Amino acid sequence: MCLGIPGQVVELVDANNQLAKVEVAGVRRNINIGLLDDVAIEPGDWVLIHVGFAMAVIDEAEAARALEGLQLMGQAYRDEVALVRESRIA
Amino acid sequence: MRFVDEYRDPAAARALVRRIATLSNGKRFAFMEVCGGHTHTIYRHGIEHLLPDGVELVHGPGCPVCVIPMGRIDDAIAVAEQPGVLFTTFGDMMRVPGSSGSLLDAKARGADVRFVYSPLDALRLAVDNPGREVVFFAVGFETTAPSTAVTLRRAKAEGVSNFSVFCNHVTIVPPIKAILDSPDLRLDGFLGPGHVSTVIGQRPYRFVAEQYGKPLVTAGFEPLDILQAVEMLLVQCAAGRADVENQYTRCVVEEGNPRALAIMAEVFALRPHFEWRGLGFISQSALRLADAYADFDAERRFAVPGVRVADPKACQCGEVLKGVIKPWQCKVFGTACTPETPIGTCMVSSEGACAAYYNFGRLHREAALSVGARA
Repeated sequence: MCLGIPGQVVELVDANNQLAKVEVAGVRRNINIGLLDDVAIEPGDWVLIHVGFAMAVIDEAEAARALEGLQLMGQAYRDEVALVRESRIA
Repeated sequence: MRFVDEYRDPAAARALVRRIATLSNGKRFAFMEVCGGHTHTIYRHGIEHLLPDGVELVHGPGCPVCVIPMGRIDDAIAVAEQPGVLFTTFGDMMRVPGSSGSLLDAKARGADVRFVYSPLDALRLAVDNPGREVVFFAVGFETTAPSTAVTLRRAKAEGVSNFSVFCNHVTIVPPIKAILDSPDLRLDGFLGPGHVSTVIGQRPYRFVAEQYGKPLVTAGFEPLDILQAVEMLLVQCAAGRADVENQYTRCVVEEGNPRALAIMAEVFALRPHFEWRGLGFISQSALRLADAYADFDAERRFAVPGVRVADPKACQCGEVLKGVIKPWQCKVFGTACTPETPIGTCMVSSEGACAAYYNFGRLHREAALSVGARA
């Protein structure tokens, strides 16, 4: 739950519910970007995602670093990724 | 220098380790890493064995799974076992033991308990299952509380009347203050939590420097981040300063995330007090749903026992969470209490000090001892 997973924004899908489609852990899932309301999010941007919400905009190098750290966590990261894959936020 | 070779930038790590040795100059320092994510990094990468003998990292209470008291697990199970309830939880909470088993045991007895990745997935389940009462088990510090708040706002806006939240969100500052007030510990400073600080920013930590005269450096989650934060703490100590500084500028800004804080203020209210495992009752340390969201409050919708349950006698999670003992000093560590059959919360979550040490740290420690490094 506390793992921040980097994802890259693919498209903005629902302005009303502030949802964007992101590529995260090898799959495309919807997340909420409303907590970053004052920041203009565009396709191609990298964000740090907690429990389906973008919590910070990061650069590509930071995304790569974060991902590397997560992969070293092993099972805890694999469990989180399995849940991301099940996610059906709409 | 063992372990360093696997770091992203071994040369930078070596330089930091040398600088830490020079700055500490043989003196004793104890710094608490508040966040469970930091504990994980420290054990995963053997950081404690890179530090000089006198520089100790003490684990703090910043693992939300670890600090939930047994009574709240019992309450969650009581809600999950009510007829018609579809109970949703983050994966980490499923195996935390209550006084008569975990949510996983309740599921085996027939309760409909499901993992979700996001509170928005729980809300989706409520929309898709209008005949069921969908309850979300909300846990976490300020990192996850805004997500629950946004989900509740949407549930209210869309009138999803079969959705409610069993709220166990906690806040990071009161336990830091409780630890500073505790006579058990002598600390020289803090590694501030990374992700929590993206939400609350740096200002809430100022009391640590101003009222208690201790430095605090907010840190990222890479081994290099931890080493650099320790170095920044030692620079302050050497200069006789106590300031709040930010090592994790890649993600954390001074004012935090004002929008997330505003949504939390709208949806939640402070509880007068809340029980923390190992730390006891801490005033104004947790969140409940604000009265405007009372209809979505599982504690008002369902009967919960609300009984305080003492930890098992053998369990020393409380002392681990306060940093008074190390995981391997607990009487049941690795014998009666393992990740497969946890007695205490610290052995459940991957960010719990005991699970992190069990999975990674003890291997580093054995390796370090075998090459004659400090234990």
